[in-house]
Amino acid sequence: MTLALYVPRASVVHRLPAGVKLLGLAVLAVVLFVLPTLPAVGAALLATVAVGLGVARLPVAVLARQARAVVWWLLALLVVHALTTDLLTGAHVALRLLTLVLAAAVVTATTRVSAMVAVVERVCAPLRLVGVRPQRVGLVITLALRFIPVLVERADRIRAAQAARGGSPRGIRALRTTVAPLLVQVLQMAHDVSEALDARGADDVPPARRRRTPTPEVP
Amino acid sequence: MRFRRPGAAPAASDVADPARGVELRGVGHRYGDRVVLDGVDLTLTEARVGVIGANGSGKSTFARLLNGLVVPTEGQVLVDGLDTRTQGRAVRRRVGFVFQDPDAQIVHPTVAEDVAYGLENQGVPPEERAARVAEVLERYGLAGHADHPAHLLSGGQKQLLAIAGVLVMRPARIVFDEPTTLLDLVNARRVAELVDGLAQHVVVVTHQLDLLDGFDRVLVVDGGRVVEDAPPGPAVAAYRALMAGR
Repeated sequence: MTLALYVPRASVVHRLPAGVKLLGLAVLAVVLFVLPTLPAVGAALLATVAVGLGVARLPVAVLARQARAVVWWLLALLVVHALTTDLLTGAHVALRLLTLVLAAAVVTATTRVSAMVAVVERVCAPLRLVGVRPQRVGLVITLALRFIPVLVERADRIRAAQAARGGSPRGIRALRTTVAPLLVQVLQMAHDVSEALDARGADDVPPARRRRTPTPEVP
Repeated sequence: MRFRRPGAAPAASDVADPARGVELRGVGHRYGDRVVLDGVDLTLTEARVGVIGANGSGKSTFARLLNGLVVPTEGQVLVDGLDTRTQGRAVRRRVGFVFQDPDAQIVHPTVAEDVAYGLENQGVPPEERAARVAEVLERYGLAGHADHPAHLLSGGQKQLLAIAGVLVMRPARIVFDEPTTLLDLVNARRVAELVDGLAQHVVVVTHQLDLLDGFDRVLVVDGGRVVEDAPPGPAVAAYRALMAGR
């Protein structure tokens, strides 16, 4: 499992500031809901794919993987609409969602996590007034992206260890036997990570520090 | 001019003085009622110091005292004259720490971003940051992995990444807490060679006794006390004798 989708390329899309890309994504989301016709949404989908594959030069697999991840949801939407409204509306809704998912994939595949986090920190800057430290918000997002795959790996290990000892619990029992040891490991890891953050100077950042600037492309 | 009574606790300074080394004076540490370290009194000025001992002997707590991750419940730890209790940030800037499990130390999803993390915290300008990250990734064979997800690296590469993340901050001293425990023979040897080649003063907590070959000084910790303090040969012999009696 990977949440780090960045695909390094020397493209115009990669060079665009993260804030511009995220704003563009937000505008696209609004426009997609305003566009009334299926052809218009279809054109937006084609444009998204063209930007992803043609301009950003992303591998087809990157977009295909994201599309595969939502394909069942899209089909379900199609079926529900076919039963409750009509097939055309279903196709409209499904294409709209697919366009958004692919556009988000293009943004994440062309933007480093640190650049996106820097934008989040900037957006959260006004929260300083109520005592929130934007850097901490950014750190939370970074840590989530980093550790979700690690936790999935740990859960797999726990299940493998149980299977190696003849255990193959199902249902609620499986949840209980996996969640309890995983929780213990997560707490231990949280302690270790907090030590690592201290050791790497996380508390060096003064509350009223200048804006964080993401590290440029490593030569 | 300041005068100090003979035998009094050494004074902390505002400016780091590398010549003073690491000073532990009457250091003890307890978690609740459990005494983890007791009566540790020594000065470390050597470039290569090893720490060995059984599991639960207090080695890791000892290591964490050296960069202020743990503050002693008794006594005082001074690193280059800086007090870990009151100047923790300054101490941590001088003393890098490499953990046993690199998975807990790597905090960013991709390799280059993780190496840059400490530099961001130090406020290093972006261009210099990129250059320094590129330099350490090249030096430790990770240049081709700059944009790879960190969790997809091998165990050895993760440990190298964790070390790169510390070295890029150019600390004056580095503490390694069992850096080879989770590694295979080849990767353990790579890490050992890396430690050997470092210009910094290092303290290595380890169970791998051959890692200590060529070290200047080895401390044997047992039951929260330093029970042997000698060059590697005699110290390892004392440790083996201690363990044989159990």
